[in-house]
Amino acid sequence: MSLLKVKNLNLQFRTDEGLITAVENVSFEINAGEVLGLVGESGSGKSVTAKSLMQLNPSNSVYSPESSIKLELESGGVDVLSLKNPRELVVVRGGAISMIFQEPMASFAPAITIGAQMVEQLMIHTSMTKKESAALSVEMLERVGISDAGMRFHQYAFELSGGMRQRAMIAMALSTKPKVLIADEPTTALDVTIQAQVLDLMKDLVKEFGMAILFITHDLGVIAQVADRVAVMYLGSIVESGPVREVLQSPSHPYTKGLLNALPKLDALDEPLTPIPGDIPSPLERPPGCVFHTRCPEVLAEKCDSSVPQRTNVGQDHSVSCFAVDSTGKAA
Amino acid sequence: MTEKPLISINKLNVEFPLGRTLFGKPPMLSAVNDVSLDIMPGQFYGLVGESGSGKTTLGKAILRAVHISSGEITFDDSDVNYDVGSLAKKELKNYRKLAQLIFQDPYAALSPRMTVRDIIAEPLEVMGLTKTREETDERVRDIAEKCRLNLEHLRRFPHAFSGGQRQRISIARTLVCNPKFVVADESVAALDVSIQADILNLLQSLQDQLGLTFLFISHDLSVVAHICDHVAVMYLGTLVESAPTRKLFDNPSHPYTKALLSAIPSLDPDDRGKAQKLEGEIPSPANPPPGCKFHTRCPMAEDRCRKEVPQWRELSKDHYAACHLV
Repeated sequence: MSLLKVKNLNLQFRTDEGLITAVENVSFEINAGEVLGLVGESGSGKSVTAKSLMQLNPSNSVYSPESSIKLELESGGVDVLSLKNPRELVVVRGGAISMIFQEPMASFAPAITIGAQMVEQLMIHTSMTKKESAALSVEMLERVGISDAGMRFHQYAFELSGGMRQRAMIAMALSTKPKVLIADEPTTALDVTIQAQVLDLMKDLVKEFGMAILFITHDLGVIAQVADRVAVMYLGSIVESGPVREVLQSPSHPYTKGLLNALPKLDALDEPLTPIPGDIPSPLERPPGCVFHTRCPEVLAEKCDSSVPQRTNVGQDHSVSCFAVDSTGKAA
Repeated sequence: MTEKPLISINKLNVEFPLGRTLFGKPPMLSAVNDVSLDIMPGQFYGLVGESGSGKTTLGKAILRAVHISSGEITFDDSDVNYDVGSLAKKELKNYRKLAQLIFQDPYAALSPRMTVRDIIAEPLEVMGLTKTREETDERVRDIAEKCRLNLEHLRRFPHAFSGGQRQRISIARTLVCNPKFVVADESVAALDVSIQADILNLLQSLQDQLGLTFLFISHDLSVVAHICDHVAVMYLGTLVESAPTRKLFDNPSHPYTKALLSAIPSLDPDDRGKAQKLEGEIPSPANPPPGCKFHTRCPMAEDRCRKEVPQWRELSKDHYAACHLV
């Protein structure tokens, strides 16, 4: 039974230049206790997709009528996109779904102590008293490995180091016991040694709390280390998705292959790096047909530039949207 | 190698004052501490370290963009010889023609109100390297071609370009005055992987074509491993290890280098949990630990490490490390 079900999500932004498509026909599911990785380059729509789970996109966003985001809670199902005003959205925002952002310095209020911010959200989302909230907050700070939690509770975000801030962010996001945690590039701003610590911590917490995580990153290495399943996004569409081992070891979509070839690998120092030709098209000039055809090395003439490829299964739970791939996963 | 190094650094210290005091000297923050290294002509020299390790400051010191507190940096081309620490104003101007910098963020480095042609031509005009407009245009076109820029794009403004194209413009501007030595400070960190590979390949081909020497500063070990011939690892302002790339990656000897290497997330999902994890965080450079600076996080630290500063010594040919235990 999936906890979160996103189906045919289409999202456009109304701008002066017209409607810009940010997300097109995105569908995925996450089960409890599962980590779904969402990879893609800048502008691929991964953050916008995540934000729509809590309706955090700006007011000029337009969801198409067939888009649906369903959340299965113990108290019944919630249709996220049908929630209209902020009061209804409290169930989702910070309640069933919490989010960790890339830059923890920008996410904490600079002039309010870490503790006060943690207590505030607990007061809104739970029936705890102020005292209980404070006790739980300190406990959570200890749980994520912050030493002297009692002292840190009274400090401001600028007094903490980068790694510690991200830990505090995680403690805050988890203290309301969300069902789904969205982690948007949570380790990108951190040094590798600190990144390794934070990734370990997140893996432990999934085990302990049994929640679902949507893990957004541009780093395939990070995905390989934390995710159970992975979805690869390009220009607002999911081009390939499946179990992480299968997708990384036998990628089917030319874009996934291209990403892997462009990555410098430590065990193959002599192999040349192969960039994906061309640049990502501007969202204003979204290519017709398959979105990747302008840069694809396996492009089929008179096919890829006119019709949109459908999702085909190439293995258990492993699907690809590409004309050049048939159902066996081999290039056709 | 009997060849003479192009850049030779000897016991370099760079310090910044921490605030101001009314009387006497303010406390000093040591950003680069007792660093010695040689960069050979034609080398792609990599400098890695986490944030706060002093790698950018070292790069800036070589370009004389920060004040050198003590120690020596010499630049020795076959024609000219500069003592970088004590350049007079006029000499400094000449030195800047030979030593240049590529910035990290191609979105911030280009003026939005200048055309691409003007951006690339500016160094030539400022340094007075060309006499006529025709000459300037020719050099701009020449370098733009080498950097694989479309010549028709020269009349456009930077906002029309993607990150990868902007970084190519930025590289063209750096190379237009024919420098011998280039510091590339995190030049691919802001780019997407598919474009990063393209820029790395471009830097390598430009090095071959133009006979450049690079100091490539990065926090990303896998990028450094691919592009550099020689790698030095910095931690809290000091060098901890330096070796030819292959040697360093096949046979790291300093515990910090080992930990850095194992912290890189592997692409193989079966490697989960195999990494050797470092505890704690990098200490503040304003208050560095005594003895070996790494001892607070080192899994192998002994009593000696907490008291004595380890010597920088040669382990095998060209392979140096500063650790009591290797």
